[in-house]
Amino acid sequence: MTKFMFRTIASTLAVGASLLATQALARSDITIAMQLEPPHLDPTSAAAQAIDSVVYTNIFEGLTRFMGDGSVVPGLAESWEISEDGTVYTFKLRDGVTFHDGTTMDAEDVKFSLDRATAEDSANAQKALFAGIDSVEAVDPLTVKITLAEPNGNFLFNLAWGDAVVVAPESVENIKTNPVGTGAYTFGNWVQGDSITLIRNPDYWGDQPALETATFKFISDPTAAFAAMMAEDVDVFDNFPAPENLSQFEADPRFQVLVGSTEGETILSTNNKQPPFDDILVRQALAHAIDRQAIIDGAMFGYGTPIGTHFAPHNPAYVDLTGQSVYDPEKAKALLAEAGFENGFETTLHLPPPSYARRGGEITAAQLAEVGITAEIINVEWAQWLESVFKGKEFGLTIVSHTEPMDIGIYARPDYYFQYDSTDFQALMDALNTTTDPEERTRLLGEAQRLISSDYVNGYLFQLAKLGVAKAGVKGLWENAPTAAIDLTQISWSE
Amino acid sequence: MSRNLILGAFLSSLVVLAALISFVWTPYDYAALDIPNKLQPPNVQHWFGTDHFGRDIFSMIMVGARTSIAVALVAVGIGMVLGVPLGLTAAARKGSWLDEVIMRGNDLVFAFPSLVIAILITAVFGAGAINAIIAIGIFNIPVFARITRGAALSLWEREFILAARVSGKGAARISAEHILPNVANLLIVQGTIQFSLGILAEAGLSYVGLGAQPPTPSWGRMLADAQTMVSFAPHLALIPGLAIIVTVLGLNLLGDGLRDWLDPRIRVARA
Repeated sequence: MTKFMFRTIASTLAVGASLLATQALARSDITIAMQLEPPHLDPTSAAAQAIDSVVYTNIFEGLTRFMGDGSVVPGLAESWEISEDGTVYTFKLRDGVTFHDGTTMDAEDVKFSLDRATAEDSANAQKALFAGIDSVEAVDPLTVKITLAEPNGNFLFNLAWGDAVVVAPESVENIKTNPVGTGAYTFGNWVQGDSITLIRNPDYWGDQPALETATFKFISDPTAAFAAMMAEDVDVFDNFPAPENLSQFEADPRFQVLVGSTEGETILSTNNKQPPFDDILVRQALAHAIDRQAIIDGAMFGYGTPIGTHFAPHNPAYVDLTGQSVYDPEKAKALLAEAGFENGFETTLHLPPPSYARRGGEITAAQLAEVGITAEIINVEWAQWLESVFKGKEFGLTIVSHTEPMDIGIYARPDYYFQYDSTDFQALMDALNTTTDPEERTRLLGEAQRLISSDYVNGYLFQLAKLGVAKAGVKGLWENAPTAAIDLTQISWSE
Repeated sequence: MSRNLILGAFLSSLVVLAALISFVWTPYDYAALDIPNKLQPPNVQHWFGTDHFGRDIFSMIMVGARTSIAVALVAVGIGMVLGVPLGLTAAARKGSWLDEVIMRGNDLVFAFPSLVIAILITAVFGAGAINAIIAIGIFNIPVFARITRGAALSLWEREFILAARVSGKGAARISAEHILPNVANLLIVQGTIQFSLGILAEAGLSYVGLGAQPPTPSWGRMLADAQTMVSFAPHLALIPGLAIIVTVLGLNLLGDGLRDWLDPRIRVARA
């Protein structure tokens, strides 16, 4: 009895002491707010960015992965060899990696994941990433050989996407509600409509991260986001929805503001098949009627970089083509007259909820009105936007940010919602996919950018900025967003 | 005339005047963007300051008054034009199946939360001023039907109606010639109150994005746009908020004043 009591007291003291020690050191939990809640937690079967924000590199890992600076580094693959002709990739996997349910991650799992993504009935949102894969072979438990139909200079980059993570056949059935991966964090709990909690994985193959638990909280309303941050209810806001409030956070010593770049090309998307937008003169007139800087200043309070084509300015292959579509309302009117629309015309402008679209749309409509184009503003929710604009292609104009990295390839898909159909461009993309030489790739990418810019496919507005807000003590947040991710393994509290 | 009536009439006519003048003159073009001069506090050039796009708020308030008044006026009109005949019919056929159908139908509409129906209407037909008018108008029908029926019922018991019946006039003719003129005072008072409620409803609908669509200015949407900027540009929310308060207060005072002024019993008591 005495002995038992003594033990209890001793252990209580020990626990108390360790608690004190942790507190004295630094906090080991964090609450991170994001605007959208993921529909489910399977990054391999949906395009929703919110899924990747929660699970990418935290729960699921792929053969390669993105770092915060956009570079691609080894993930579950320790190293790889590429055959002379660029078609055979042999990956050497890390030894001793286990899934959260205790099963071992080996070459069979990699084969399963890639076969699942390339399968006929695959629900993968980015099938194009895997299109070139001819076969996947598990040579031995730690070696995977992937054979491509033709060389693909982007292949390692493609494998780093959240859509290419490695999943286990044993647990894939419930992946949407109970994701089981190899990452440094295991899935804890999901309170629908409120938050998702992740817990540190003690059996992680890599270094143990600093944070023990992380809670992702979903706050969609910009006003509520501001209030939650100001009241210190959340520690980090991944991408703060109201740029107008950033100067207040900057002035407050309790907070830090991280302004970085995203892969989001914000464009005035134009239905290239709908008259009068099937006439290049009309599209060119649109491009000259829009004052990008006014949109950036008015809608984003100055955050954002003007773009003249569908490409991220921080990418080394970017070509600045903003000069091809400078703001010139007189020229726009002349072009409209040349196209036979002296008195302008009427069209629709569908605007999804984010402020870049709603505010940007009001400014765009006002600018179009200056040259005689009447754009009727139709505010829509995302579901409605996906249904009528993205799938139904029933729109004239819309404003949207394309946030996938390196997505210029969408212009090679004539059935994509803006319906740009150019054999020249498709040939360019085919050439790009079979080119591995970096210099030649840069040249081809430059040519592709010039082509869509001089075809005035869409109105190119600006590159969306990543506007992170965090408490002053949080370290290791990604400043830029090369892909949608909140990499918990890098985050810690300063003491 | 009471002080309420004078103050109410003054405030209401101020708003109506602003709306009327906006057809011919506003200090600036209400839709003209001037982004370099955004978020200015009230000053000599811009009496109410500028919004987040640099638009002149004074001009927007003037044109917004037009939107509010137009929506509320047409909505109340719909309510009166449909509700009053329904109420008269129900009273004339008191106790019949027709009375039951009309009044239970009214109860049904009355029982629905108006905003939910408004959201339903806009979800089906799309957001816009016209649909806001229809939504608000529908909810005005039972209000007018009920008040008309209530007043008409007591009138039907009066001797002059009996005289009219004896002289051979039908129910429809009596309703039009004798009942309607005698409930008109009541309808004017109720109309004023409903008008102010209509303005509030329009502001509420456009606040949630279901009212007049941009670029047409509306007070409710100005409030919604101002939400995230209240902490550093409070005038963006205060000014449209005050405009709504002044209008609704003015109309309510006017309604109260009119009731006191028009009600014969009170008039007699005063004299």
